[in-house]
Amino acid sequence: MKLLYFAWVRQRIGLSEEEVAVPASVASVAALVDYLRRRGAGYEAAFRDLKGLRVAVNQQHTGFDAAVGPNDEVAFFPPVTGG
Amino acid sequence: MSEVRVQREDFDPGAEIAALNDMAGSIGAIASFIGLVRGDDGLVAMTLDHYPAMCESEIAAHVAEAKTRWPLLAVRVVHRVGRLTPGERIVFVGVASAHRQAAFHAAEFLMDYLKTRAPFWKLEERASGANWVEARVQDDESVKRWR
Repeated sequence: MKLLYFAWVRQRIGLSEEEVAVPASVASVAALVDYLRRRGAGYEAAFRDLKGLRVAVNQQHTGFDAAVGPNDEVAFFPPVTGG
Repeated sequence: MSEVRVQREDFDPGAEIAALNDMAGSIGAIASFIGLVRGDDGLVAMTLDHYPAMCESEIAAHVAEAKTRWPLLAVRVVHRVGRLTPGERIVFVGVASAHRQAAFHAAEFLMDYLKTRAPFWKLEERASGANWVEARVQDDESVKRWR
């Protein structure tokens, strides 16, 4: 699974993107967040408060209940502030 | 005809507006919006981070949506990324139509969606340090009127 992080999510985790072989049991964004939280303090800090976090699966905005699989691209970021 | 670009370099608003006109005589109105870096509260610079592939698909989807809502003849969207200083241009939205109302509305629709859906993030630099801009509730409210 390809994971991308933007803005302060990237800064807290210390990576802009990574390829992660997640267990088959990780089938939703929420399960992925739980899995990633256990990877270290940076992840724990990034995923502490999900209210301030947004997610996209394969470049589409979605929610934390969305399904994910090994070939998906999942991005985590704060609410957007462009324009 | 539409063009969407995300780029580091500045753009020329006059050239963008000129490019909206197909010179075929069917265009009666061009509306454009230019967003600038506002240098308030001692802002030194603003750095825009973005998710390139998703920016392209999100902006293209909203340009397509605007075209289903209004009879548009041309649309151009340019959004800059990287480090910008006060007074610099950030974004251009230009819309051409036969009549002004469609052009005004479509330009506003596209700006509201850019602000709330397109994956860009602003990091503000001040003497006191750097902070990520928080999304404004007002922007979420603005986009609701188009639903």
